[in-house]
Amino acid sequence: MAVPTIDAPRSGRVSPQYKRTGTSKGNFEMLAWLFMRVSGIVLVVLIFVHLWLNLIDGDGIKGIDFGFVAGKWADPVWQIWDLVMLWLAMLHGTNGVRTIINDYAEKDSTRFWLKSVLYSATVVIIVLGTLVIFTFDPCPVIDGVAHVADYCPAP
Amino acid sequence: MSKTPAGTLYRGREGMWSWVAHRITGVVIFFFLLVHVLDTSLVRVSPEAYDAVIGSYKNPIMGLGELGLVGAIVFHAFNGLRVILIDFWKKGPKYQRQMLWGVVGLWLVTMIAFSIRHLAVVFGG
Repeated sequence: MAVPTIDAPRSGRVSPQYKRTGTSKGNFEMLAWLFMRVSGIVLVVLIFVHLWLNLIDGDGIKGIDFGFVAGKWADPVWQIWDLVMLWLAMLHGTNGVRTIINDYAEKDSTRFWLKSVLYSATVVIIVLGTLVIFTFDPCPVIDGVAHVADYCPAP
Repeated sequence: MSKTPAGTLYRGREGMWSWVAHRITGVVIFFFLLVHVLDTSLVRVSPEAYDAVIGSYKNPIMGLGELGLVGAIVFHAFNGLRVILIDFWKKGPKYQRQMLWGVVGLWLVTMIAFSIRHLAVVFGG
């Protein structure tokens, strides 16, 4: 008597309705999962140093004012530091909230609108933050009045 | 005998509750981040606008809020590293509970040290 051969599950063609991902999605979800882990490790370093410098070092949080920000961004290292932190934290947070929306919002239209609001906020915050870091002026002249600080040239 | 399968990571007990705490702290941090970028952007409006808003944060209520925020960030950071170890370290899933108590212990040590410094700044002269 011939022994019947049984194919391993999913060894043949998978009917389209059983496919777990659409053809257009590719590896997106796996890459998003990986991004959370890689960006997470980097963010721990970036944010812990950020908290140390802003909350513990010097005068702590009471030392934070316009001059403190100007002093930090006078150094390109801290400009790049804050830029990378902004982008990674926003993308990490946006992907986290996207996951939560997918988990709890059951209606297609609800998920669509919540994610539309989320992605709009993400774009606005990333663009705004990036522009602020690169167009920052430590000695602005506003309505003809020059900012007075010991690091600014006398008007 | 319990109907719950043994050895699951995300159903009940430490695995599930750390997952719940990770979500809640993550959402809290995300909404803070939106506000944080907006208020920092005031440096581009004027030094006075920035100092006025930052000055409104310099009171005991906001000081305690900052303590809560740092507590959320430190938990999310340490537990995030635990999640990475569960995913990539061969023995991670086996030791996930022990690692959570490690996270809680490290969190306590960090927060006690930070509280001493931060509360001295907030409530000191």
